[in-house]
Amino acid sequence: MKNKHPNPLGADRADRLAVASQQYVPIRRELPERARRQYELLIKFFVASESFFFMALIISYLYYRGVNQMIDMTDQVLNAQSTGMFTALLVLSSGTLWWGRHHLERQKPVRLAWGLAATIALGAVFLYGQGLEYAHLLRENVTVDRNIFGSAFFTLTGFHALHVFVGLILLSIVLILTLLGDFTGPRSAAVAATELYWHFVDVVWLIVFTVVYLI
Amino acid sequence: MEKVIVPEPHVPLPSGKTDRSLLQWMASVDHKQLGIMYLLTALLFFIAGGIEILLIRIQLITPDNTFLGPDLYNQLFTMHGTTMIFLVLMPTLIGLGVYLVPLMIGANEMAFPRLNAFSLWMTLLGGLILYFSFLDGGGAPAAGWFSYAPLSSSHYSSTKGVDYYCIGLILTGIGSVTAALNLVVTILTLRIPGMDFRRLPVFVWMMFITAFLILAAFPVLNAGLVMLLIDRQLNAHFFSPASGGSAILWQHLFWAFGHPEVYILALPPFGIISEVIPVFSRQPIFGYRFLIGSGIAIALLAFGVWMHHMFAVGLGNPINGFFAAGSMLIGIPTGIKVFNWILTMRGGSIRFTTAMLFAASFIVEFTIGGLSGISFALVPLDWQLTDTYYVVAHIHYVFLGGTLYAVFAGLFYWFPKITGRKLSERLGRIFFWLFFLGFNLTFMLQHVLGILGMPRRVYTYPDLPYFGLLNLLSTVGAFLMAASIGLFFWNILTSLRKGERAGDDPWNAWTLEWASSSPPALKNFDKVPPVRSLRPLWDLKHPENPDWKNEKSKQTRNEK
Repeated sequence: MKNKHPNPLGADRADRLAVASQQYVPIRRELPERARRQYELLIKFFVASESFFFMALIISYLYYRGVNQMIDMTDQVLNAQSTGMFTALLVLSSGTLWWGRHHLERQKPVRLAWGLAATIALGAVFLYGQGLEYAHLLRENVTVDRNIFGSAFFTLTGFHALHVFVGLILLSIVLILTLLGDFTGPRSAAVAATELYWHFVDVVWLIVFTVVYLI
Repeated sequence: MEKVIVPEPHVPLPSGKTDRSLLQWMASVDHKQLGIMYLLTALLFFIAGGIEILLIRIQLITPDNTFLGPDLYNQLFTMHGTTMIFLVLMPTLIGLGVYLVPLMIGANEMAFPRLNAFSLWMTLLGGLILYFSFLDGGGAPAAGWFSYAPLSSSHYSSTKGVDYYCIGLILTGIGSVTAALNLVVTILTLRIPGMDFRRLPVFVWMMFITAFLILAAFPVLNAGLVMLLIDRQLNAHFFSPASGGSAILWQHLFWAFGHPEVYILALPPFGIISEVIPVFSRQPIFGYRFLIGSGIAIALLAFGVWMHHMFAVGLGNPINGFFAAGSMLIGIPTGIKVFNWILTMRGGSIRFTTAMLFAASFIVEFTIGGLSGISFALVPLDWQLTDTYYVVAHIHYVFLGGTLYAVFAGLFYWFPKITGRKLSERLGRIFFWLFFLGFNLTFMLQHVLGILGMPRRVYTYPDLPYFGLLNLLSTVGAFLMAASIGLFFWNILTSLRKGERAGDDPWNAWTLEWASSSPPALKNFDKVPPVRSLRPLWDLKHPENPDWKNEKSKQTRNEK
């Protein structure tokens, strides 16, 4: 990505310091390349940190699984089949995003835009599916304050949904910037970061789905 | 010896004297200004936490005292602990890191300057929200800084205090995580050529390791806080055993964060000490690799020992035994560090400046704190002593005798770099001895109080043998410390106005921050000395006997 709006702090404010010794070496600045690396590292460590957050929530959920009402409730009120279908769509959305980024590398931004649009659509459908499930549960009078299942289920899936929602916002921003011609390839820190985040959300859901619906 | 001359800066940092200065500070994304603001934030809350503890010590001065009453007492000790850990020690260490890390690695800025500002303001906002609870009708949180469920549930803490606690700590937690992200990426990407990981100053290394600890520990706390908040606000059942929840889970989540937090607050001080001791002993640091390696070992072990805070819960002997062994293991890398510092001083020509006094006594006090910590790893002893003043003594020997001593050493050491003026050594020495005396008087006696059986967190106590006398002396010690802190503030204020001009490198030190001007110019450096060893400024000043020549055989082997 070309740095269109150079950060004023990154610019040279040279010659502030007279230099005493000939031995001193100038600081090297390779800004665009280094900035890309920084953004990619940032998102990697951010995702690593987020994974500890979800780990705590998932372990807590498992911690309560011994409670009787918990097992009964998961059998009675959750529909693993329909959620499994929406899960498949979320996994597919990781694929479409990968496909788009893959074509960015071949410098075909139009296909990136298509990939992003498909990803956003699939992610939105997934959220819609989760909304359907929540509505169903609320009709069955399963709420956060009904029992420990409600508390644990809504907290865990709710935080995941929040992350999906944030991901959709990120993807939309990237899509708009793609349409405006910001990303022409072969690499972009913004696209790479969004992609990594989205895959992370996807993987977290696979674990949540396994823990909540399957075992 | 050749003196490196770097001229005084043409453009000083913005000060309170220029117009637009307040706006300039608030809008700043400069890592030095943000570092200073971190330190000022910590100072603000340090005064608040200090006043709280003085009130507590007045309450405890005699048996059966009624100065505060139980409700206010509970609020004050909760706020004291929460403040000192999250709003004083964390911002101080992160602030020092934010200020010094770019300078020490020869960078102009942090990797993400605006994220840096975000971290600061989140921390400050969280602190202000926490303190806003005093103005809310129900008063501040009163369930202890650990907020154990079910005490922290809405049944037992029906006022809004714990809600403020949750929201405030979530916000400071987000601030800490983003600061850690920034530090990690900065250290990974902005080192100048030549400064590979074998030549990184120990302080930078320790901040690096600490940042990883923050990235892993704080999200766990935030998950717990979110669950507690949902419990309280939406009537969920996470921590209420009556409806399927588990109060023990809160302890697991809290200490899975809380124990690494101890090392988050201990590793940067290890780094500070490892910068101060070599310079004032005129010897290179002894066993650099062992220092770094033991730091990493401590960080890894830190995540496997949290249950030693829960021996008294009754989790069973196998679990207790496992975590007892794990906890004792941490003594090994910590011991390695202590020996490294002592051996650095051995045979050196030691200058007992105030910074060095604090650094040297850090070793003594921190070792006492570490040893009382080991005594808690012994399960039977823990059962006997847990929730007594022995614990209070231990934690204060670690956090004051350890972290705070190192912070004082660091402040006296880096104050000339930050402000361009030296702190008064005369006042500094009086401050040190007063603080040293007050600290040991206060907390050494609390070991005894704990062994005698005085429980912590009680607002008063009956007139048992020695309880009154020991508490009285402890309070006297606390006020001695307060007086010494007052002297320290006076030292800062007078030195800022008419302290001795420091020049760029007043201590004849070796790391890169001393190659910039004092205070550093806006972009820190344009050019830096070449880094070919751990001590680039030594190499510059001693071209006849540079470090890299001595290490050359080793280095060529490594570079191949």
